[in-house]
Amino acid sequence: MTAANILAVAAFKEGRYCQSFPVFGGERRGAPVLGFTRIDDKKVSLRCKVYEPDHVIILDPALMQVVDVTAGLKDEAWIVINSGQAPEEIHLPAKFNIATVDAASIAVKHGLGSPRDPIVNTAILGAFSRVVGAVGLEAVLEAIREESPVKKEENAAAAKEAYELVRSCKRRE
Amino acid sequence: MEKVISGNYAAAYGAKLARPKFIAFYPITPQTTIVEKLADFSSSGELEAKFIPVESEHSAMAACIGAANTGVRTFTATSSQGLALMHELLFWAAGARLPIVMSNVHRALAPPTNLGADQTDSFAQRDTGWIQLECESAQEVLDSILQAYRIAEEVMLPCMVCHDAFYLSHTYEPVDIPEAELVDSYLPPYVPPFKLDSENRLTFYASSTRCPATQYEFRYHAQQAMERVPAVLRKADEHFYELFGRRYGIVEEYYLDGAELVIVAAGTMVSTVRRVVEEFRQRGERVGLLRIRMFRPFPKEEIRHLLKGVPKVAVFDRNISLGEGGILSQSIKSALYHTDQKPVVFGFIVGLCGVDITQDIVGDIVDYTLQQDTPEEDIIWTEVIR
Repeated sequence: MTAANILAVAAFKEGRYCQSFPVFGGERRGAPVLGFTRIDDKKVSLRCKVYEPDHVIILDPALMQVVDVTAGLKDEAWIVINSGQAPEEIHLPAKFNIATVDAASIAVKHGLGSPRDPIVNTAILGAFSRVVGAVGLEAVLEAIREESPVKKEENAAAAKEAYELVRSCKRRE
Repeated sequence: MEKVISGNYAAAYGAKLARPKFIAFYPITPQTTIVEKLADFSSSGELEAKFIPVESEHSAMAACIGAANTGVRTFTATSSQGLALMHELLFWAAGARLPIVMSNVHRALAPPTNLGADQTDSFAQRDTGWIQLECESAQEVLDSILQAYRIAEEVMLPCMVCHDAFYLSHTYEPVDIPEAELVDSYLPPYVPPFKLDSENRLTFYASSTRCPATQYEFRYHAQQAMERVPAVLRKADEHFYELFGRRYGIVEEYYLDGAELVIVAAGTMVSTVRRVVEEFRQRGERVGLLRIRMFRPFPKEEIRHLLKGVPKVAVFDRNISLGEGGILSQSIKSALYHTDQKPVVFGFIVGLCGVDITQDIVGDIVDYTLQQDTPEEDIIWTEVIR
């Protein structure tokens, strides 16, 4: 939810229109949460969920076992995953572009959460910015500083590091 | 200053800018972030209101009634079960002619527990005497709260400003937050005609058991006040436009010229419907949209005027009065009863309990309505069509 909002704020900072919203069930920690961001050059005129995303960001790779992360996903989409694995090791259809970054380790290194419960929502956006390019790193960092209630610089540094360390694998068909 | 904020934060900014002297709060998802944000404003000193936590929504409304009786501007926010719990006091607030402004986040009523958008919560309060406004965007939430105080304080009736759960409450989008000084010129301090005052003692709420005719007359006056709302809203909206460059009207017309089919809708679904209407128009289909912004008092005159002679009307209700049907569709039919050239009215139940209203669903409804001469059923459930 926070990542979706920060992405929207970053797009806004680049002079574009945006909309972000979450879909969640019960209010309990650890429950799967889906967040959407729409970025456009004109005012966003839809108010419904996104069924055919251009790209997908996965904060918790364990969710890939219970959720079809490629549902409705457009060809040539990027799937950006918080994972220590190389993108080539991820089992997803070859028509998608895959990027991985160990956002959990980066987050912990910068004091964001604990090894058991790392807060990866800011770091992953650095990786997204690098591979997708829909929003620039500077806007992402500025949005992170603005939206983080605490540890503004640590969150920004994590995103910057993920930007540097992200590994990508272009579609193979 | 333009900022990317949620619909709930927009409500909190609106409330803060209106400079209420008293806010009672009780949390309920998906409203809670409104009062959370107000708590932030209160602790940082940006909000001078007396800000009190209460033990239930019933108490929140009771506290607002008490405070409003002392002649101050008041605010509270709620949703769904919380609004239902306030029910008896909603009558009191309106009957006492107190211009309380409240945000309501449309959420489905239990059982089972559901956080999704559903208009039944406040539409079911339609007979309590509150003015009710339906918002489509976060900007409109903020702006409507400011307009609500203007209208409520002029006619001396409370006003509920409603927005959909999640589609607005938790949706972040760019919102222009007006300058406080400019808002002050739009909304000067509230001066009540009467108030509880130890220096000037008056009797309030004396029992009318022995002279019911007095209360009968009070009801008449409250209805008269309701009937003044459309003109007062129009004036407040125009003044708002002069200062801030935005206006919303009582209803919004979109592609009504020569329309063969007009969709009537309220709330966030309107954005998606507008897009679908545009696509149908591009294909040469004469489809239009009439958005209801003011749900109470119901804009009968505008509806009669705008729907007269239109062959078909499709009403989208994200609510249901069980045993009767969609509440908006009932009101539309009732408004049209005395007109000649009555449209055929199709009543659709859509997006109930937070079900998503997609372009496909809207498109299917338009196709169905264009093909049918008359509705096959009085209440049409969209999932059945699909």
